[in-house]
Amino acid sequence: MCLTAVLKKKTKFFTISVELTCPDGETLALIGPSGSGKTTIIRMLAGLVAPDEGRIVYRDRVFFDSARGVNLPPQKRKLGYVFQDYSLFPHLTLHGNAAFAAQNRGEVDALMSFFGLAALRDRKPHEVSGGERQRCAVCQALARNPQLLLLDEPFSALDVVTRRLLRNELKKITETRTFPVVYVTHDITEALFIGNTVLPIVGGAIDRAWMERITAPAAGTDARTKAARTTKLALAY
Amino acid sequence: MELLALYLSAKLATVATLILIGIAAPLAYLLTNFTWPGKSFVEALVNLPIALPPTVIGFYLLFLLGPKGFVGTAWENLFGGTLLFTFTGIVVASIFYSLPFAIQPIKASFEKIDPRLKESAYVLGLSPVATFFRVIIPNSVNGIAAAAILVFLHTMGAFGVVLMVGGSIAGETRVASIAIYEAVESMQYEKAWALSLAFIPIGYGFLLLVNRLTRK
Repeated sequence: MCLTAVLKKKTKFFTISVELTCPDGETLALIGPSGSGKTTIIRMLAGLVAPDEGRIVYRDRVFFDSARGVNLPPQKRKLGYVFQDYSLFPHLTLHGNAAFAAQNRGEVDALMSFFGLAALRDRKPHEVSGGERQRCAVCQALARNPQLLLLDEPFSALDVVTRRLLRNELKKITETRTFPVVYVTHDITEALFIGNTVLPIVGGAIDRAWMERITAPAAGTDARTKAARTTKLALAY
Repeated sequence: MELLALYLSAKLATVATLILIGIAAPLAYLLTNFTWPGKSFVEALVNLPIALPPTVIGFYLLFLLGPKGFVGTAWENLFGGTLLFTFTGIVVASIFYSLPFAIQPIKASFEKIDPRLKESAYVLGLSPVATFFRVIIPNSVNGIAAAAILVFLHTMGAFGVVLMVGGSIAGETRVASIAIYEAVESMQYEKAWALSLAFIPIGYGFLLLVNRLTRK
């Protein structure tokens, strides 16, 4: 079982045209420079933006089909969606946020403990750090028991150390789940770490040559620099 | 007599404000968060009282709420009474008159809410109606309270519209602003002074509260 999508959408600067597949239990990382259309792609998967043409199917459920005029609203797609930032409800405590759409209250407490938020359950979002807010946003998305998890640069506003901690925690928890995860990032190390598959998006299209270019060492690099770079990459993971 | 007029003004303003917030909040939500055909026409229509002199609004309402008017006939069929020269009539007139003063500040407070919160609610499965009650309203409590105060003060001071639709019946439609006008007309300046002075602390106090509520 997997998520498959064929998407076409005209934007101001280019036309997004991609085909993607993500099997259950796997993570698809969409990587690309800023303004390459990654966020629009994940928003189309969520139903927040309608493609001009295409089809999105998960298991037997058709989320979108331009040929048949099907376009399920985000409410009916049973998603977990983590935005870059500012998506927690400011009037609720962290627990109130995590439990906002929860199926099972007991699971909310377990998730909050896993992400180290148990002691902060009664704090409001503005009373905690950016990392804690994003941990809570992940709890909120997982607590509704989604059939598909979408993350749009969830940790990009955080410092490097927190980002690394959070992606470790996220990887640990998504590995135990059976749904597909689509993860948007502009950080190559993050994409390689978190994704079972990494899909490079440039100018609205899949561009594998770009990926090879940015991961290859510069021409003429000596062996020592190459080794140092490998070590750095390994550390970054 | 002065106290009765003041009480009537406060009662009119309270009832009209409560009803207006109930009408204006969902309408402001429809105007800020959705696109629908005819939206700009509806928006201009509800804002029309800002652009018209109160006596003109009162004149139209006199006919609209009268026994041959659309609202007056509907009211008589539903409740079996007349609206003109009654307290209920001036409440209905005040609702038309003050609607834009409720819509505008509520709209402004809804527009301040990050649109991502609405998207977040949608992806978590909330319908637009549930989003209104669980996300939009709780995040604009101060804005709604400020709107309620402004509408209350605006209705407290209504004169032309109330006089046209309600006349000046003591204990029924003679609100403070009309009582002041009549006191001056009959050269009873002490009465006019007493009533006018009462408005200063009420207005000033409430405006301070609005500042406090809308301060970030």
